[in-house]
Amino acid sequence: MAERIGLNTIILHGKPKISAYAAVGGSMEGDGQLKGKFARIFDDDTLGQDSWEKAESFLQQAAAQETLNIAGLEPKEIDLHFAGDLLGQCSASAFSARSLSIPFVGLYGACSTMALSIAIAAMSLESGFAQKALAGTSSHYCAAEKQFRQPLEYGGQRPPTAQWTATAAGACLLEEGTGQPAAGVPCVSQVHFGKLVDLGVVDANNMGAAMAPAAADTIGGFLRDTQSIVGDYDLILTGDLGSVGSDLLRQLLLNDWGVDLSDRHNDCGNMLYRADEANEINAGASGCGASAAVLCGDILSRMARAELKRVFFVGTGALLSCVSPLQGESIPAVAHGILLESR
Amino acid sequence: MTSPENYKKMVEEASPNSKLAANTIKAFLIGGLVCILGELFYMLLRRLGLPEEQVRMLVPVTLIGIAVVLTALGIYDKIARHAGAGTIVPITGFANAVASPAMEFQSEGRILGTGANIFKMAGPVIVFGVGSAVVYGVVYWLLEVRF
Repeated sequence: MAERIGLNTIILHGKPKISAYAAVGGSMEGDGQLKGKFARIFDDDTLGQDSWEKAESFLQQAAAQETLNIAGLEPKEIDLHFAGDLLGQCSASAFSARSLSIPFVGLYGACSTMALSIAIAAMSLESGFAQKALAGTSSHYCAAEKQFRQPLEYGGQRPPTAQWTATAAGACLLEEGTGQPAAGVPCVSQVHFGKLVDLGVVDANNMGAAMAPAAADTIGGFLRDTQSIVGDYDLILTGDLGSVGSDLLRQLLLNDWGVDLSDRHNDCGNMLYRADEANEINAGASGCGASAAVLCGDILSRMARAELKRVFFVGTGALLSCVSPLQGESIPAVAHGILLESR
Repeated sequence: MTSPENYKKMVEEASPNSKLAANTIKAFLIGGLVCILGELFYMLLRRLGLPEEQVRMLVPVTLIGIAVVLTALGIYDKIARHAGAGTIVPITGFANAVASPAMEFQSEGRILGTGANIFKMAGPVIVFGVGSAVVYGVVYWLLEVRF
């Protein structure tokens, strides 16, 4: 059974395992730093659909389907499906879940959704409420621009702090664990849900700065609860603060918690696109799909090969709405951490 | 713990600024090019013997046409990424601001999609443009009546 330690950390003694995972993406993502690591790449942004919203649903469905194919399972064999996305009313997830017919729980954690969905799926398995659960998320550059910013073809300039919403989706299949990390199969051994943190950033074009305090609070709180140090982890992976937010995270952790991330930190926002795309990408990748692609396309398989053994994955989400910045509200952010282990 | 005030300073230091000098020069050059293009059309149409009044209407219509075609082909936003105000301020920017939401919201249908959203970007320009024209008109009228 699960056990709560410190203020906010939950230990999952059963260690639910992530037995299958897959990432899918658009052409720009497929040609970036994760080239060759996607289960499927869609060269056409529309994915053959007649709206960006449908394209994103299709993307998320493709990630879920690829994951089920890898696991060799039918949708009816899955007990619960946790998913979320950025579109209004989590529509990309709900519409993609239509065809799967798995009991569905929609989640909203903005860009933290990959970590959030895995955390809740892992807790469901730990408590015995499910034997197999699917966790997934997606984002689509065009659908996100349409909803949150400007029409695609509008001729505006993006500030250097802006991030680029990834066209990508990821899904993980979680199964009951055996209490020990199995060889070649990453497992979820601890979960740390973050608090809402808001240090007053109002600039919706600087999400990294808005989310860094939440990430620092979750990483600092987790290390305190578990009485561990940065050196105990092969990687502390945040997603997705981008270059500006990563810089601020290091400063906040050092100033407020006395924690030096040294060389153990990386951020999904800096791991997706190529550096020579910097002109358009600005401060890095963002969107639910960015951390989903990095985790499901790269990190989990590196853990399966035991290149990485202990990874604290921290999904960060900026929980603003389309109208809140216009009403002068600052941006509340949240960061959910999961400790992934392999052997 | 870092206070919001201190964090604001940290964010300012960590956030790179826009390249003001380079952006200004590019906006000046590309915006200037748009104006030269307008001037060239003006000279060409005058040389074809069209009356001044028609030419004054045809030049902006031509520039609007070009901007809408470039928007539809997905080229306008790529130029604008460099040009900034250089492509927003001329009449081409207004054309782009009307054409881009018209394209974007096609998926919601002709009336509640394109129709309802076509002035999403240009709406504020129209509202405040018409508003300031009214104020200007009132001032002009008062001056004319008074003096």
